[in-house]
Amino acid sequence: MSAPTIDAPHSAALDAAEAGGVQMINFTLRIRRFNPEEHPDPVWVDYQLTMDPKERVLDALNKVKWEQDGTLTYRRSCAHGICGSDAMRINGRNRLACKTLLKDVATPDGKGGMQPITIEAIKGLAVLKDLVVDMDPFFQAYKDVMPFLITNGNEPTRERLQSAEDRERFDDTTKCILCAACTSSCPVFWNDGQYFGPAAIVNAHRFIFDSRDEGAEQRLEILNDREGVWRCRTTFNCSEACPRGIEVTKAIQEVKRALVTRRF
Amino acid sequence: MSTDTTDIELISSSQAHTGKGLGTGNPADAFVIQPPRTRTTKTPRRTRTNFEMLAWLFMRLSGVVLVVLILGHLLIMLLLDHGVSKINFAFVAGRWASPFWQGWDLLMLWLAMLHGANGMRTVINDYAEKDSTRLWLKGLMGAATVFTVLLGTLVIFTFDPNI
Repeated sequence: MSAPTIDAPHSAALDAAEAGGVQMINFTLRIRRFNPEEHPDPVWVDYQLTMDPKERVLDALNKVKWEQDGTLTYRRSCAHGICGSDAMRINGRNRLACKTLLKDVATPDGKGGMQPITIEAIKGLAVLKDLVVDMDPFFQAYKDVMPFLITNGNEPTRERLQSAEDRERFDDTTKCILCAACTSSCPVFWNDGQYFGPAAIVNAHRFIFDSRDEGAEQRLEILNDREGVWRCRTTFNCSEACPRGIEVTKAIQEVKRALVTRRF
Repeated sequence: MSTDTTDIELISSSQAHTGKGLGTGNPADAFVIQPPRTRTTKTPRRTRTNFEMLAWLFMRLSGVVLVVLILGHLLIMLLLDHGVSKINFAFVAGRWASPFWQGWDLLMLWLAMLHGANGMRTVINDYAEKDSTRLWLKGLMGAATVFTVLLGTLVIFTFDPNI
């Protein structure tokens, strides 16, 4: 899907961007806007922009907000792929606007111009305005898996030590930034918001497989339920969507395996 | 910065969002989006059973067995020994005279029906939006499954080659 610049038709500007040169491109940013105070239905609004294709989609959104339409609403904070605020559907795929370069989503239309870049709010969560969704259900699922260290007995007087191998066991799932790109790409979550969703399972995985943690059994019990890991259909949407490259589906499968092996 | 919170901050996501800002809660409002994950009385209660896990395991295990059973069945019925043209009443009667083939067909019937029904159950769970729709679809599917399984079992065990 990304960076189809190798395929014909070619664009001199995109080729220049790949080679490190600067050549501006003209393109349309097509944003699905929604303001319940004005109209009950969302509408697609086009914005014409001229930008360096090496800039990011977030820069394009900023340019629209600062120079064309100040009412455009979206979340962003650190703008460097760490805070997880600006997950959105760009050209139909969940990505972070701050980690997506224009040259990777701009496609020549074959007539010398560019196809519009579409931007929508992530799916499965109630849209409040434009690209801002209600994240409460997402964080509720996160809280429900108890994403904190659970231990028994007295606290040690010094650090809880862990071997490098034990740390490696759950290293992948510590990378989660809770941007909701995975959960809002999951077709099961779209249809049934009661499903815990990939992000909550990833964060449960981070503690279930932590050698210092003793709450694994409680978390597995929570995820063993009707809306837990067994609703996963292994469509791999989450793994594809994750901007941190976490193998989300693998983590979910590991939780399933842990459940099966502990119950039998 | 004031520490006072506004009305909007105090409204939780368990309230419906309406066209008049966040959650006025008035059902007369024309436009309402129900937030997907809310803790209500309708939220399914914790079951604390292993049913979903057993159903998931059954799908994997029965799938493996069904690959052998169905491929073997197709091979015998359609390919080996003159293929499909040999199938007639006498051929079926001859096969079902042996407890081995009775067992094979019985196992295939039960596993395939339960495997398919469980698959349909997950599809209904995923796609039925209303509880009543889900209940009806599952009821119909369950009835059809039970009927087919019982009828097939009855035929396999009461088959009379002399009719």
